[in-house]
Amino acid sequence: MDDIPPYPPIDPTTFDLIVIGTGLPESIIAAASSTASKSVLHLDPNPFYGSHFSSLPLADLPSFLSSHSTSPSPPRSPSSDDPNEFSLLEFATRPLYSSIDISTFSPNLLDQHSRKFNLDVAGPRVFFCADKSIELLLRTGTNQYMEFKSVDATFVGDNKGNLWSVPDSRAAIFKDKSLGLVEKNKLMRFFKLVQGHLAGEQDIKISEEDLQSPFVDFLNKMGLPPKIKSFILYAIAMADYDQEDTGVCRDLLKTKDGIDQLALYNASIGRFQNASGAFLYPIYGQGELSQAFCRRAAVKGCLYVLRMLVTALLVDKDTGCYKGVRLASGQDIFSQKLILDPTFKVTLPSGSSPPLPLKEKLPFFSLKDDKGKIARGICITKTSLKPDISNFLVVYPPRSLFPEQVTSIRLLQIASNLAVCLPGMFVLYISALCNDDDQGKKLIHAVMNTLLTVPLDSESNAAVQSETAENGSAVQDETSESSSGGPSDSGEEKPTLLWSALYSQELTLGQVDFICSTPMPDGKLNYNDLIDTTFKIFQEIYPGEEFFPETSLENPEGDGDASPET
Amino acid sequence: MHGRPRKAPKPEDEAASSAKAQKLRALQTQFFSFHHNKIYTKEAVELSAKLLEINPESYTAWNYRKLAVEHYLNLPDCNPDSIKSVLDDELRVVENALRQNFKSYGAWHHRKWVLSKGHSLIDNELRLLDKFQKADSRNFHAWNYRRFVAESMKRSEQDELKYTEDMIYANFSNYSAWHNRSVLLSALFDKKAEGFLLKEKVLPEEYEFIHQAIFTDPDDQSGWFYHLWLLDQTVTTDSPLLASSWPGHGSDVLLVGDRCYNGSAFSPFSALHSDSGSFPIVLYFNQPVRGVNSSTVTVECGFNKNEDLLWKPLSASNSQTARVWVAHLKVSSSDLHSTVEVSVGHTKGIISTRGFEYSHPSMLSFKVHVQPMERDSSQVSVAESISLREENFKVYGKQSEESIIDSFDQLIIKNGHETTASNWRFEALAKEIECFRELLSLVDCKIGKLTLARLLKAYDAMSYPFANKLVHSEEVLELYSDLMKLDRTHYQFYKDERSIVLLQKYKDSVSSAICGPICLRLNNLSLSRMGAFEKLLWVQMLDLSHNELQSIEGLEAMQLLSCLSLRNNKLRSLTALEPLRKLKLLRILDISYNQIGDHSIDTTRYVCSSPLSHSVGSELNRDETVTSDVALINNWEAFYIFKDFNLNQLDIVGNTIADEKFKSVLVKIMPKLKQLDGKLLD
Repeated sequence: MDDIPPYPPIDPTTFDLIVIGTGLPESIIAAASSTASKSVLHLDPNPFYGSHFSSLPLADLPSFLSSHSTSPSPPRSPSSDDPNEFSLLEFATRPLYSSIDISTFSPNLLDQHSRKFNLDVAGPRVFFCADKSIELLLRTGTNQYMEFKSVDATFVGDNKGNLWSVPDSRAAIFKDKSLGLVEKNKLMRFFKLVQGHLAGEQDIKISEEDLQSPFVDFLNKMGLPPKIKSFILYAIAMADYDQEDTGVCRDLLKTKDGIDQLALYNASIGRFQNASGAFLYPIYGQGELSQAFCRRAAVKGCLYVLRMLVTALLVDKDTGCYKGVRLASGQDIFSQKLILDPTFKVTLPSGSSPPLPLKEKLPFFSLKDDKGKIARGICITKTSLKPDISNFLVVYPPRSLFPEQVTSIRLLQIASNLAVCLPGMFVLYISALCNDDDQGKKLIHAVMNTLLTVPLDSESNAAVQSETAENGSAVQDETSESSSGGPSDSGEEKPTLLWSALYSQELTLGQVDFICSTPMPDGKLNYNDLIDTTFKIFQEIYPGEEFFPETSLENPEGDGDASPET
Repeated sequence: MHGRPRKAPKPEDEAASSAKAQKLRALQTQFFSFHHNKIYTKEAVELSAKLLEINPESYTAWNYRKLAVEHYLNLPDCNPDSIKSVLDDELRVVENALRQNFKSYGAWHHRKWVLSKGHSLIDNELRLLDKFQKADSRNFHAWNYRRFVAESMKRSEQDELKYTEDMIYANFSNYSAWHNRSVLLSALFDKKAEGFLLKEKVLPEEYEFIHQAIFTDPDDQSGWFYHLWLLDQTVTTDSPLLASSWPGHGSDVLLVGDRCYNGSAFSPFSALHSDSGSFPIVLYFNQPVRGVNSSTVTVECGFNKNEDLLWKPLSASNSQTARVWVAHLKVSSSDLHSTVEVSVGHTKGIISTRGFEYSHPSMLSFKVHVQPMERDSSQVSVAESISLREENFKVYGKQSEESIIDSFDQLIIKNGHETTASNWRFEALAKEIECFRELLSLVDCKIGKLTLARLLKAYDAMSYPFANKLVHSEEVLELYSDLMKLDRTHYQFYKDERSIVLLQKYKDSVSSAICGPICLRLNNLSLSRMGAFEKLLWVQMLDLSHNELQSIEGLEAMQLLSCLSLRNNKLRSLTALEPLRKLKLLRILDISYNQIGDHSIDTTRYVCSSPLSHSVGSELNRDETVTSDVALINNWEAFYIFKDFNLNQLDIVGNTIADEKFKSVLVKIMPKLKQLDGKLLD
């Protein structure tokens, strides 16, 4: 990234919109704006598409993470007095990842084939077959650039290494071996109630009072046993925080939202004939999604320049209004609107006083929002966590691994048939919301220790490793204690860890101001919230424009067939 | 397929379908000309294929293809290769036709026909079926064909059983899969295949399996249907059993020449009026059997072997299979006291409808006492009418209740050796009862209530001979009352079922007519159906008045009946009286105030399998004297029903049919009748 190849100057030099960064929100906005006949310049300092939403080769992931983990570099040159009527505001990078911990247990094997891996930076993530992102893909015809496969099942894990299949449909309830007859009856009746409510049937309506009450209270009222409540809350409605402990729960799910989640899940099952479960995963990884929208934008005339660093913001000296950007090549490009990747923040030039209007705006804009962090982990193994099934989701509800666990931990195993790793290998994505790096590490380690065998010798950075070992062993003690009572996983050999990357990611939100900043990947399993935020940003910059109007549909395949290949 | 709403056709669809019809008509005309001229050229055969691809329902075209195949196979230069290619062509045509219409009877039949030629690979068929059954998992054509294929390729029942399991796991709302499972299990039971030797090992697993479906979705009917089959497998013993008899084992029978008897030494239940010196022996089996005759059932009376005793089946249809069999034994007047021994099934030959042999030889013995006749009192009985009116009865005293119950139980055959064998059945039923009580505590569902009622009834029936009480009858009655309220559409069905339970329960209503044999009073109980006949074999007088009976099916088992009141019921036709024809001792009958003749068309004849619909014509033709009488021809039903009666006394007033003209016909049919509607006849 340091060697910026000499690009020919960009022509024209004035656009309606400049978008910096090719993460998913930026890519969708670029595509939507191009569709709305805006002239768009889409830049990315990286040599690849996707930014924080990308899928990277094994060797590139650690460098990407560490390049975004450093504190803002001081402005290269003291804010020069530009001869023009503009003030220059330097861009600085934000530290978005911390506590990065890479461990390699099989260096030769992996190094040789680094390019065979497509590791999601923002994993675990899936598509619900009926969610907003799939709708958007179909509506815009972007699905033609992607292929999907079905994620076959969802399990709920416990601290003994057992994976319990989630009875998420009529057939699954029937087949389930762990539920009792009464539990089956109660669960199915609950599903029918929800279906009846959603279908608007007169006699089975959930009262408005119930809809506004916490979902967990409603489940209690329905007399559902704890096991089923846990399935519904964390493995179907995908709640993040412990819903039964209002002290720690930052996001108490209302019945209304819970029902909507169930509706989404239910609509997802069986939507596509060859998708057996509720979820889809794109072949070649989640990075494909951003790239697909970029292609969609390019078709509509958006201009793309990768490996292009932007150094400074150009603002009007008098009004403080945004005017354009200065590229690393030295060229100034002007536009009415700017969309900024969360990587960048704008710094106040030291020494000189900025235009008055900006004085108030900038500190606010650069404010780091305290939305907590998300701990992520990527593990590579040679055996599946569960025999006979390769692509699946596992949810560890709060308190399922250790008493202090207040958030759900989600794990997604993806196999080589989705072209994310070497044949015969499996990639595990783990994530959990946390307050700080230590807490995050503990959560990820708890899952790893329950499911994997971690070899003792590792070739990782010594400093990092000693830290990990400390943390890891601490957690190991705890979990082994708590699981000592029960039988371990039927003597089956746990998969051995080949490689892992653990890191914490900041959860910055998008901001809309005199310039707009897009959000970082959130802690959700799908893209619904991100698409909502993206839509809001688009509306903010182009209030009069429709977000991908229906008429723009020119999908050659006609009926919008997003059905995954199997 | 299933659950897909029908859409109104769009204009362009209609245009397309009329164009299709046009094309079809042209094809058809050409096809028929080929067919009529027996032209089997390649072009002609291809044309029929084209026709079938558009319209697989064209069975003439299938038949034409069969003729064409035969034609090719009979050609002199026919060799294995050409046979194979001809038949492969047929299979391809069928497959295309099925793609057009998966439910074409003609196409599936043609495929079977082709395969029965034996030149085609059967393995391909299973692959084809897998495809079709994935597309529509419940299609019974495919399942039917699957059974055919499985049998042809000698695929094991176990493999097929596994297949039904997979299909059920994919979607348990699949009648066809559950049904096939019951078929396969039956076959495995019959074969006594390894692992299927003992029902008690297999059925609990099946119950467990079906519970998953029933609890998951009690509203889904396919699971209940399989549960009913399992229940039948649990309740029905393979080999038939003797349920009861008259006279009962160890009982004393008093034969008296007239109605006034003086049997203080004997229970009033076993005194029987007999003019002829003969009395019926009734055997009541728990399921219909055939093969009851003087070699399978021997009756020894003193030293008399009675080898020519004639056993007759008592059933509504004229088949040789029945639950109830009767023979009339004549006691020689010289022996005032004799012992009768009846042995059932010591020689093989009594076989149930399901093909199982009666395998529990049993012996009944009872004593017969003959009381000489007293001439003068018998004349009184002729002059005086017997009336079943309230004032003529006195209730049998409470103090004698114990003895009544005792005498009831004497009638029941106890089969000790069956107890141990049945333990698992008890356990299975008890477990089911517990399970369905739990289900009903969760949801209020009609079929759940009905199933629980059935289970409780089965449990009581099984335990009756050993436990002296029907433990659950109150609960069952309540369930049926509930169902009658909940499910008005099937009100009558529940009412009938409830009536039978009520009858099982009724023991206290026995009262004695003044100076006569014991009368069982079952009046004013809102009964809509009769049942529990195996416990009522001893009854000579029966009062069923003021009920809601529409049918008296099964009453033919009560061979001792001499006096019957069906006053104030809902009998709607003369044919409903059919069971009475078999009651040779019946002398007094009250059918007044019913609805006979209300309806001009007797629909019961179409609903029930009445022998009338088969046998009446032939019997009438034989009787030349009848055909000459116009009045009788117009009342042939009355003639058929009443001509065999030996009634002294008949009440028929209060029925639409009973006008003066009809009464005069009745008098003509029954010359022995002495009293009609309370009026003495000359």
